[in-house]
Amino acid sequence: MVDPAAQGADEVADVVPIGTRGRPGRGSRSASPSSAARSLAPAGGARRPGTPRRPAPVDDALRPAAVGEPAAEPDPVVTTAPVSEESFVDDVPPRAAHEPRATTAPRGAQRIPLEELVSALLDGARQVLGEDWERRAAEMVAALRRRLGGDYEIDVFGLDPQVQEILLAALRPVAEKWFRVEVRGADNIPDEGGALIVANHSGTVPIDAAVTGLAVKDHAHRNLRLLGADLVFDLPFVGQLARKTGATLACNEDAERLLRAGHIAGVWPEGFKGIGKPYSERYKLQRFGRGGFVSAAMRTQVPIVPVSIVGAEEIYPLVGNIPSLARLLGLPYIPITPFFPLLGPLGLIPLPSKWIIEFGEPIRTDAYPADAADDPMLVFNVTDQVRETIQQTLYSLLVDRGHPFL
Amino acid sequence: MGRVVLVTGVARDLGALFARTLAGNPEVDRVVGLDVVPPAGDLRGVKFVRADIRTPVVGKVIAVEDVDTVVHMNLGSSNRGSVKETNVIGTMQLLAACQAAPQVRKLVLQSSTAVYGTSPRDPAMFTESMSPRAGVRTGFPKDAVEVEGYTRGFARRRPDAVVTTLRLGTILSPHVRSAFGDYFSLPALPAVLGYDPRLQFLHPHDAIETLRLATLEDRPGTYNVVGDEVTTVSQAARRLGRPLVRLPSVGFTSLTYRLVRQMGSRFTPELSRLLTYGRVADTAALRDLFGYEPRYTTPQTLAEFADGVAPGLLAAVGGHRG
Repeated sequence: MVDPAAQGADEVADVVPIGTRGRPGRGSRSASPSSAARSLAPAGGARRPGTPRRPAPVDDALRPAAVGEPAAEPDPVVTTAPVSEESFVDDVPPRAAHEPRATTAPRGAQRIPLEELVSALLDGARQVLGEDWERRAAEMVAALRRRLGGDYEIDVFGLDPQVQEILLAALRPVAEKWFRVEVRGADNIPDEGGALIVANHSGTVPIDAAVTGLAVKDHAHRNLRLLGADLVFDLPFVGQLARKTGATLACNEDAERLLRAGHIAGVWPEGFKGIGKPYSERYKLQRFGRGGFVSAAMRTQVPIVPVSIVGAEEIYPLVGNIPSLARLLGLPYIPITPFFPLLGPLGLIPLPSKWIIEFGEPIRTDAYPADAADDPMLVFNVTDQVRETIQQTLYSLLVDRGHPFL
Repeated sequence: MGRVVLVTGVARDLGALFARTLAGNPEVDRVVGLDVVPPAGDLRGVKFVRADIRTPVVGKVIAVEDVDTVVHMNLGSSNRGSVKETNVIGTMQLLAACQAAPQVRKLVLQSSTAVYGTSPRDPAMFTESMSPRAGVRTGFPKDAVEVEGYTRGFARRRPDAVVTTLRLGTILSPHVRSAFGDYFSLPALPAVLGYDPRLQFLHPHDAIETLRLATLEDRPGTYNVVGDEVTTVSQAARRLGRPLVRLPSVGFTSLTYRLVRQMGSRFTPELSRLLTYGRVADTAALRDLFGYEPRYTTPQTLAEFADGVAPGLLAAVGGHRG
């Protein structure tokens, strides 16, 4: 067996020679390690500066063991009872007894336990994907491959069902656990055919539209096709995601096209006046656009479902606005909330208000004459009727909810 | 009764293809092809007249050849300065000659869906009655709008003539050169960061068929001609196996122009707006009123293009075909 001490010294000496003309390092008068090399050695060695230059061979033999498993050499000062023999580092007999282990242990620790890793991976896969994880993993790989190959369908409005599913899955825990959304009157969403969902808008950021879409998906198993402002489609990333979740521009042509095709379209007629109103005016409905949504529903003879959303007003209480900056950037408003921009990105976390979404009784439009959409008075009356229904429901829901956050 | 058809713009791939198709048709006596530059390929059975459409020569051609049907396919979209001259002034000369020639009974205009413009305020699908939301200010879309305006003026002044305007979508084919064909042949596709527009492609077969029907039968009106269904830029790139290079929308046109020139191809600046907001047209009128069912959808057109060009760098990842 090669003397471990001599071997260790040679190894160190091999590293040092820069500037020493091939002789052992400066720190060694003959062959012992330099001070730099000594400081690299584990704490066990550094702790005893006064040890002889050539210590007992077993002492050095322990060093690699300390590198390999540092926990194997607990601090003797802290250890009150000798739990294991390794505590007695300075004791010769135990060291001698551990000599073979000290030389073999590093090799064992450095080898990667492949079998254990594989079995851990398999266990993990089984836990995440269930018992038939192999089939499911293969399916996931195939789905990813199809996705990367462009082998998926989108509809003419740009709805990408796979992207929509992922976004809804991300939104679901937020809606259920953070906002504790309670959905009422989901039976009022038609099971088939076109319908126009009309709701109040609030919350500075149109999260209420996304949550309503989730509610329609989960409770009626239908896709809510949102009708968004043109600003949405002008913004990078936002417009792209909106299209992929099936949203389209809020204009009569698109609304009628969706409703004729038998989709459920969702419209927030208050628009930016609704989401950008100050916190002090919460739950006060703004003007309902120009009633375009009513004429679209009348032309396509689909029912209007009034939806009242309570809770979205409190997520980002709008206490201020910077109109000049907003004009400069071409945005409808620059929101100031109690936490934004004061807390920076933290201020972007919505407050955990309690939400109630109530789908009201559908207002039928098929009873009106065919040219009703061209009668402005009738359109205004129906618009007011929808608005009044939503406003009254909001008041009663607010009473039901009680404290906004508890 | 035989017919004499004048086809302008036969030096382009689509014009040459259409003129050849028409020449093989027994209902047509003679096909006269007109262009400033001689066509690259062989125009079988087509009588080629080399003349500038911007000059009154075109009137003489109509008179000498006794033309009764004019198919105007000379709208170019490349970024050369003289193109606007050819597009607008050429159309005015042609229409003036047609109006003066009583034997001209039919005018078929190959227009483009570019007349709808491209903006974030666009509806999901354009029907023929819609006008551009944000207006069209420059380049080829503006030319197309003006040309359509002059054509409507001709239709008003010559109510006896049958006028058909076909708004063709962007053609994509390995055999017919087009702006999108050049774009999708690039090894890496410059795309606008944060935008994934919906696009539609037209197969040359459907373009030629609708032009042929409009020429041989009386189908007046204005019709969108595009492949059904849509694809997004990212989806098209994946199907072609080509990586997307996302560039910011500010300065996209000039940066892409230089980048594409480095890659040894050309980039039409009109594409950059299309690559930001996209454009989708409705073909309901083509089906119901014109009476033609497009044979190739947009994904099918794209698949055929993918088969015809060299596979992209990422083709091994997806390997999608058809």
